[in-house]
Formats: sequence, C-alpha cells, structure tokens
Amino acid sequence: MTTTLASRRVPLASPREQLARLAGGPEFDDVLARAGHPPLSPASLEIFQINLGKFCNMTCRHCHVDAGPDRTDAMMSRATVEACLRALDRTDAATVDITGGAPELHPEFRYLVEESRRRGKHVIDRCNLSVLLLPRSAGVAEWLAERGVEIVASLPHYRKRNTDAQRGEGAFEKSIESLRLLNRAGYGKGDPKRVLSLMTNPAGAFLAQPQQSAEPEWKAALQREHGVTFDRLLALNNMPISRFLEWLIDSDNLDGYMQKLVEAFNPATIAGIMCRNTISVSWDGRLYDCDFNQMLDLDSGVTVEHFDPEAWRARRVITRRHCFGCTAGCGSSCGGAAAS
Amino acid sequence: MSDHYYRPDHLKGFANIAEGSPDLAKKFFDYYSAVFAPGALTEREKALIALAVAHTVQCPYCIDAYTTESMQKGADLEQMTEAVHVACAIRGGASLVHGMQMKEHADKVGM
Repeated sequence: MTTTLASRRVPLASPREQLARLAGGPEFDDVLARAGHPPLSPASLEIFQINLGKFCNMTCRHCHVDAGPDRTDAMMSRATVEACLRALDRTDAATVDITGGAPELHPEFRYLVEESRRRGKHVIDRCNLSVLLLPRSAGVAEWLAERGVEIVASLPHYRKRNTDAQRGEGAFEKSIESLRLLNRAGYGKGDPKRVLSLMTNPAGAFLAQPQQSAEPEWKAALQREHGVTFDRLLALNNMPISRFLEWLIDSDNLDGYMQKLVEAFNPATIAGIMCRNTISVSWDGRLYDCDFNQMLDLDSGVTVEHFDPEAWRARRVITRRHCFGCTAGCGSSCGGAAAS
Repeated sequence: MSDHYYRPDHLKGFANIAEGSPDLAKKFFDYYSAVFAPGALTEREKALIALAVAHTVQCPYCIDAYTTESMQKGADLEQMTEAVHVACAIRGGASLVHGMQMKEHADKVGM
C-alpha cells in the first residue's frame, strides 16, 4: 500500500511536473501522422463519464487518479451533478459511466444513478470491489442489481500475488469476498441486467494481455479456485501518469516503458479509443476528452454548465505522450481493448 | 570486437542478423512467429514453455524476453518460477538418470 502523492506534497503531484517527466521522445501526433492518420477528432458521443471525485477507501500503486482516503478535497457538488444531468439531456450518449475514486462513497452516487436510469441510460459503476465490504455499503450490490447497473470491477489478476502487489496486501481476499457478494446479488451469471465485468491492468511495466484469449482462462480459474463467476474481461494498459508514473520513475522503468508503448503503437486502435466517443467531467465540472487528460489538467476550457454539443463535436482532441498508452498493443478504451 | 559478451542491445537488433542471409532469416522469423501464434496451446502456455527452455539453454536474451512475454500474457511470478523448476527438474533428472549408466558400469567392473 502506498499513500497519495497529494498527501506527500511531492512535485509529481502536479500535472505539470508529470507532463515534464513524460517529455522527450516521439510526439503522439507525429507518430499518428507517420501512420497516415489525421489528428484525433471526435466520433459520435456514446459515453458520458462522470468522475465524482478522488475519495477512495483504497490507495493502489498504479492509480492514475491519485485517489485515496485523504482526498476529501476533490468531491463533486450536488449543483455540479445537476449540471451534468442537464448536459446529459443535450446529448445522445447512451451510457453514463460513473467513476472516481470510489463512486459508491460519494453522497450523490445514488441520486446520479437513479436520475441516469430514469433517463433510460445504461449506467456503469466503476467499482474497486473492496468498497462493497464497508459497513456503509451494506445493500449497495442489491440496490445496483435492482436498477440494472453494470459493474466494472478492478481486479489486476485472478491470483493473489499480482493483485496484492498492485492494490495492497489483503486486496485479493477482499476482492473475492466482494465477487461472491455480487454473485449472490445476481451479478456475473449471464443476465444482461446484472452484468459484471472485470477490469485488469498489468502489475508492472508491460502491456495488458489480450483480453479475448485471457477471458476463458480467468473464468475457469476464478470458478475453479474460488467458485465465483463474471461476464466479461476487459484489459487495459497502465497510463504513465500519477502514481503509476511515480512507480515507473522509482523503479527505473520509465524510459523502457515509454519506448515499449511507442514501439507497440497500433493504428488499428484509433477507431476505438475512448477520447473519441467519450466526454469526461471532473469533480469540479470541467470537461475533458478522457479521464487521463482530466488527471493531467489538459482541459477543453469548457465547464459542464456551459456545455455546447455542437462545439464539443467540433473540438480537437488534446494529445500528449501519455496517449501512447491507449494505442499500444490491443489498445485501451473504457470498454477494454480498442482492437483485437 | 566488443570487450564483453551478451550485450543487451543485441536482442533489440536481432533482426539485423538478416544482413548475411536475408532469405534464411525470413524463413526463420516467419517460422518463429508461426510457432508462437495461438494454436492447440495458448500464447501464455507457449511463453511459459519458452521461459523454461530459455533457462535450460541459459540464454540471457531469451530469459529477459520471455519473462516479460509471460507476464504480458498473464503469468505471475509463482507460475514463472514453477516453469523454471520444471526446467531445473528435467535438467537435474537428466544428469541423475545417467547415473544408471554409471551404476551399471560400476556393477560390471567392480567386485
């Protein structure tokens, strides 16, 4: 277990410092152009992602949000939640993707879920699993199940070692206990109204495994070893930002990892990367191309109160070198790999 | 000539081996890619076999490459260590089973 960069007041807590550490080497737009692609432009908006804040019961070593139990400084207000819903009503986005921190710990979480479902949206809760075991979370799994909310739960590996290495000692046992709880609530058994997706990030300086070939193995292992089931596996590369960036620097892996991401650039991922079909709203109501740009303060200059769908469609996606994380190998989107 | 063996950048430049014989290199690398493609065995199983063999042939390039590859295909340290022990057991067992030849000869020439 680590602590947040913010609580340690280290220079790397600053997005500007993070961008400085990533500088040097090929620029994303240049590599894109060499592959014959124009600069990234928006596709039709499908996902309205709302980051409720950085408050979390866990402090994972790879967290790109720098979330943790001390981050009560960054929590979305009710007024901003209302502004998100007004903006949502001006889009055709079919999915509301709620993230954090641990979104379930936010006081407006249930209100946001209810209002999104009332609008007929598919709702995703990005869940760290252990949060479901807290006394204050009693009944949350069943409550989400009743509303047909998809749960995308983080689990680095189907075995203990890599899970605990990334998420802290004891995280794996808690994750399994929470998965059992979700199974009891009807999740992960093939019911389209109780979809349980597992999200895996590599526990180290290497690319995510291909999710298609890994899924059967994960399903068999979790069923055999722990008697738990889930519906689909999503595999994402780690972004070289925030606490994962700190680990890369401390372990002398930054240059090698960046080189790996650049060398693994896969043009086939471009069509499916998240920045093209997503709008990302921060806890303080600013709009971004994606959650990663959000954490690096690469904002669009627009707040959710002043959201204009036409202007959003006409914007140019902001890119920096961290973007190689989404185009390496099978790539990364909110729905997992961006290419097979 | 370099002043030491096993330079890490040799692995990265491996494709340059084609300079002396492009046709044979192409045949080799095509074959190599086909071997590691998913088939009756998964990519992860093949990576773990490669890791074990790398330890048997004691190739430092292959050990680095297939440690990363195994991890990238979802193997963890315990699984990779077990693969290395398989290599170790076969290597050790191969020595020990030759002891039967020693024993037979000793039985023959001894009293």
